[in-house]
Order: sequence, then structure tokens, then C-alpha cells
Amino acid sequence: MFSEYSKIVKDGLWLNNQAFVALLGLCPLLAVSNTVINGLGLGLATTMTLVVSNTVVSLIRNFVPDEIRLPVFVLVIASVVTMIELAMNAWFFGLYKILGIFIPLIVTNCSIIGRAEAYASKQRADKAFLDGLSMGLGFTFALVTLGSLREIIGSGTLFAKAELMFGEAAKTWQIDVITDYSGMLLAILPPGAFIGLGLLIALKNIIDTKVKQRKPAHIQIPIQAAQEQ
Amino acid sequence: MNAIIKKTLSAAAILGGFSLLGLGLTSLTFHKTEAKIQENERQALLTNLKAVIPESLYDNDIVNDTIEVSDLNQGLSKPAIIYRARQKGTPVAAVMTVVTPNGYSGNISLLVAVKTDGALTGVRAISHRETPGLGDKIEIERSDWILAFDGKSLAMPKAQEWAVKRDGGHFDQLTGATITPRAVVGAIKNALLYFKHNQVRIFSTTESTPEGGN
Repeated sequence: MFSEYSKIVKDGLWLNNQAFVALLGLCPLLAVSNTVINGLGLGLATTMTLVVSNTVVSLIRNFVPDEIRLPVFVLVIASVVTMIELAMNAWFFGLYKILGIFIPLIVTNCSIIGRAEAYASKQRADKAFLDGLSMGLGFTFALVTLGSLREIIGSGTLFAKAELMFGEAAKTWQIDVITDYSGMLLAILPPGAFIGLGLLIALKNIIDTKVKQRKPAHIQIPIQAAQEQ
Repeated sequence: MNAIIKKTLSAAAILGGFSLLGLGLTSLTFHKTEAKIQENERQALLTNLKAVIPESLYDNDIVNDTIEVSDLNQGLSKPAIIYRARQKGTPVAAVMTVVTPNGYSGNISLLVAVKTDGALTGVRAISHRETPGLGDKIEIERSDWILAFDGKSLAMPKAQEWAVKRDGGHFDQLTGATITPRAVVGAIKNALLYFKHNQVRIFSTTESTPEGGN
């Protein structure tokens, strides 16, 4: 039972990461990952959408006939995103202004209808909830990683404009990683996002290969240990 | 046959039910957030206005004392809003929303505040799509360049010097970007000329509707 849940979490965060492995939701990923705060903002909004839409889709899965399930899922997702957009406009106005069109465009992020159709419509609500949370956090992780990479290389800072999300107290959070840095335009513009994403996927593949290579050497000991437990 | 109709109807009813539910929930959220969103937008506007014109200069409700003019931003279908600052009813300054299409990439929107004596109290770039790292230095968050206009008028520098240095004018261009500053300088000059020639009309109507008296 426990392993089933931990598999959901592992899938979402790493093994089936929506951005690095499934390569879904590339449009917002590439457009909004120019700073950490922008990435975090859109990532959390997407996570919120995934959690709510996955849970709702799972709860209604037995009442909705197969023929109309997709229109119903789209309705659910569109309503959730509209509500999140209004809420962000009301309570995170500065961030809303910066993310702009990408908030309503969460509707078109394929990973949301993808998780609803492939997972939530077939699973219990608690698992669908956890799946939405893990997939969303995995996507946020990708956005924040790419965002910090591009922010450091592009403008030499980290956590710039944190006050848009965390209030006035966060104004001092900005870290000048490289002082007196004139910036590197390529990293801020969309081509830099593609190159950065490519490098991160390569890094992930290297890590996965290394882990796989190391496994055979250890494999006998963990199995015995597991049996003893 | 009957079974098919029944199935179709029930599917339609379920879909309709979900549409109504979705509609209801979004309208509820809309009504809960509407006031807050309007207040945010008002605050954002007020912050921008405060940046271009000191609050001590006027005592009227500048956000609502507006006039819309269609001949300020030539070639745009949307009329330009002008906020009018008054002290005890006497006009002291006007804040014009100036849009220029001459930038490097799309329209540049500016707030241009000018006193009745023709001197600028401040200019800010409100929205633009200029190149990050180059043209975006017109933003106050990125550089002090836009502050060079404070206190300037058509008399100082002289009207023919209202250009960037590369074009023989008074104002600095930005490193790596000439088109953007050229567009901004040109737009501010136009706004000043417009204000000079239409000052009476700008302040004359007390109605804030575009039809009010013109």
C-alpha cells in the first residue's frame, strides 16, 4: 500500500516528470522560466489546478458516461483555472500581471487533461489527489530549476522580485550571484530556454544512467536486507 | 431505439448539469473577487500616477477626473485617456497615456505628466515589448534613463533638440538600443506639442465622458 503511494510520488517528481520526461506543457515552461519567482508562481498555479482537477475528475468518474467524459473534464479544468486566475488577480496582483496570459493558458497545458484522462479517471480520489500533487510539484521543480539557471546566467541574480509573491518583506531576498554583471541576453530569451531545458534533460539522463550502472553491484545486499525486514 | 434516445438525453443532461455547475462556481468566484480586483487595478494606476506627478501638486480625485481624446495617439483606434490634476479647481497638470508604435517590437505605452506651464513632472513606461536587457532600460526598474525627462519642456531643450544624441539631439540613447529611445523621445515631444495646442480643451470639460462638450 505504502509502496503504491511512494511510486506515485516518484513518478510525478522524477521518473515521469511532466516537463523533463513527458515533455508536456512546454509552452508555459519555456516562456515563464526566465526567473525563479515567475517559475514558482506558474508552477504552483499549475499544481493547484492539477490537484483540484484530478480530485474532481476522480470523484465524478463513475457518474460520467464514457462518451462525454472528455467535454466534462475540459469543463472541470476550465472552471478550475478560471477560478484560480480570478483568485490570483485578487491576491497576487503583481505576479498575475507578470504571468499574464500564461495563467489562463494553464487550461491548454496538455499534462492536465493528460493526467485526468490517463490516471484520475481510473483511480480512487486519494491516489488521484496525490498524483496531481506529485505531477504538479514535478512540473514546479522543472520550472524553478530552469528558472534559476536562466536567472543566474541571464541577469546574475536569484529570487529577484520575490515581493510579488511573498509580500513586502521579501524585497530583500534578492541574491546578487554575480555582481556588476551585464547579463546574457540569450539566457533570458526563448532560445536560452530551449538550450537550458536540453541541458537539464541531458543532466537527468546522466544521473539516471549512473544510478542504473551502480544498481547491479548493490542488488544482492538490498534484497537480503529487505527480506530480513 | 428508445434506449439510445434515453442514453443520449441523459448524457446531454449530465453535460448540461456540469456546465451549469462550472458556470455557477466561476460566477461566484467572480463576484467574490470583483471588488478586490478593481481595487488592485485602481491602486496600480494610482501608484503609476504618483510616480509621474507629486501628490502635493493636486487635491482632486485624479483617477476619476479624466477626459478621452482620439487625436493624441494618431493611428490608434482606442482613444487616449488624460488624467487631470487640479488644485482647488484650478488646472495644474495633465497626465497623458501616450502610445507609440515606433518601438522595436510592438507598442510602447507611456504615462507623460506635464504641468500647465509646459514642463514635464515625470514620464514612465507602462507597458512595452522591447528587447530584455537592451530596450527595456526605458523601465524605471532597469535604469534611470527615463528620469532624464523630469523638468524638461519644449523650451528646454529647444524643440529641434528633442531627439536622441545620435540624431543630433539632446537625449542619450541606450547602449545597444537606439530605436526604442528614439520612439520614446518622439512620443514625448508629440505629447508636449499636443498639450501645448490643446491645453484649453483638455481642461475645459468637467464631464469625464468623451462626448462631454466636445
